Amino acid sequence: MASFEQAASLAARRAVDGVKDKFSPEERAEAVRRIEEEELNYLPGPDTIKEKLIRMCRENKAAALSAGILAVMAAAIIFADKLAVYDPNAVNLMERLLPPSKAHWCGTDDLGRDIFTRILYGGRVSLLVGVIPTTISMVIGIILGMISGYIRQLEAVIMRLADIVLAFPSIVLAMVVMYTLGATTTNIFIALSMIGWAKTARVVRSQTLSIREQEFVEAARGMGVKKWTIMFRHILPNCLPSLIVLFTLNIPDAILSEANLSFLGVGTQPPDSSWGLMVSQARTFAQSSPWMLIFPSLAILIMVLALNFLGDGLRDVMDPHGR
Amino acid sequence: MLKYIIKRILVTIPVLIGVVFLIFVMLSVVPGDPLTVMMGEKVKVDVIERLSQSMHLNDPWYVRFVWYLWDAFHGDFGTSYKLMRSVSSLIAGAFPKTLMLAVTAAALSWVIGIPAGIISAVKKNSLADHLFMGFALCGVSIPAFSVGMILQNLFNGILPVSGFASPRHLILPALVLGWNAAGTIARLTRSSLLEVLEDDYIRTARAKGLAPVPVILSHALKNSLLPVITMMAIQISSLLSGAVITETLFSIPGVGRLAVDAINSRDMPLLQGTVIFTTAVIIAGNLAADILYSVVDPRIRVEGGK
Repeated sequence: MASFEQAASLAARRAVDGVKDKFSPEERAEAVRRIEEEELNYLPGPDTIKEKLIRMCRENKAAALSAGILAVMAAAIIFADKLAVYDPNAVNLMERLLPPSKAHWCGTDDLGRDIFTRILYGGRVSLLVGVIPTTISMVIGIILGMISGYIRQLEAVIMRLADIVLAFPSIVLAMVVMYTLGATTTNIFIALSMIGWAKTARVVRSQTLSIREQEFVEAARGMGVKKWTIMFRHILPNCLPSLIVLFTLNIPDAILSEANLSFLGVGTQPPDSSWGLMVSQARTFAQSSPWMLIFPSLAILIMVLALNFLGDGLRDVMDPHGR
Repeated sequence: MLKYIIKRILVTIPVLIGVVFLIFVMLSVVPGDPLTVMMGEKVKVDVIERLSQSMHLNDPWYVRFVWYLWDAFHGDFGTSYKLMRSVSSLIAGAFPKTLMLAVTAAALSWVIGIPAGIISAVKKNSLADHLFMGFALCGVSIPAFSVGMILQNLFNGILPVSGFASPRHLILPALVLGWNAAGTIARLTRSSLLEVLEDDYIRTARAKGLAPVPVILSHALKNSLLPVITMMAIQISSLLSGAVITETLFSIPGVGRLAVDAINSRDMPLLQGTVIFTTAVIIAGNLAADILYSVVDPRIRVEGGK
């Protein structure tokens, strides 16, 4: 509780500090008191984000377990070079299409490469594709969403642009972008960022529209606090809970999009590997060597499932009305 | 009411033009001379000249865009470079297959998803709830082609695994496409029914002594299905487009397959046409969903928009 009040008063003092020379210290103290009050009234609950996270872990076992699984997977993927015994790209035709065994936990593929090792390394692409475009698209979406929600001048242009992007089926638009730019991993980032910002922009805009009418924003505005300071110091922190949820749920979308693009041949290119590409390469051999198909599919399923569970859990504590 | 519908339709026109513009610009910057793609290197100069003229290839891109928009408005999306047939007729030939697949998958997802959602909501936190929701979550968490390949191998020899010759060919692809949709529908039905079940009028109905089943079926369901109906309309259109993966995997000659083939053979007019067509179908689907929603829920119209 204490930390929450501190945060509110800090925000209030920051708002007032920007206009020091225009008001007397008494006036400023009074303003701080009022802004604090408003800010306390407005914020959805008395919990800070950290407290909410702890509450989620205590109440929602599935979400807590998912967070644990994700941490283990991420660590295994990041330290793949330390964990793996085999070279992910070393061709060994003597050992092709071996079933799972003690030496090869997930078997080997048509070129004799160890599938477990390739899953660890392929996870790097899937993880990066999950995190990087999601981050970029959210930054773009936050900026454009706040501009159109708060400044309102470019609102029509930005929102129509978002409408256009959202009108496309995302996989089809991604396909066209990859076709235009050429199939490389960097271009996957670009394609998915170009598509993902629209959803974030819409969410941020609608939240900004409601928060800007709150009295603490009005107070800050009345005192002459600059537009951008209001946007990023006062409005953005209040959007944070739903943005965290959106971020968690956008990552699995991005991972699945990359998998789909790789399946269609416009995503990750061999010899690099991603989980999606590994599954689609298993197509010819799936009947005789099902392990080639099953283990990478499982890797995607577990990661995406864990992210979805975590996202649902986060939504329950952060943004109960967002369902 | 009519005013709202007209307004809603008018709003979609700039979006549609924007869609055509975006695709047109993106595909215009792809290097490569269309005439070389079309007929190889050995063509007479005067033929090239004549074709360039008729295809507006000598004009700047914005002039070509206006021509494209004008032609598209008249249902002409140009001629496929590779297949040498009009893109419109190719799409017209492929669309019924995509539509059939999408409708089957949609029907499947409703038949499974809505009852599963109702049971999960009524028996919240029961074993059945956890099973259904786990199944639903898996449906949206695994790539469609993974599921498709696993099914293809499990049912190899029992059911046809590729092509499009009989209704039996539709079973596996519809399952793949429908699982994801069923998961979304089941989750939405559950959460929306749970919300309604807490309302006062449900408690009143129960207090009156109504049996639980009529309360759920005639009181609660009516209101909780509102968002589900919208989702259903949106989903038909997203199924139409999501078919890209499924059609490729099961070799179904639908619109999605046409788009993937166009990419592989660098056939620009065909790609342009299929993408714009698919997107237009989706926009129409969303429009229908909005209008449907405003008919069943008058509160939407008061604000004059969403």
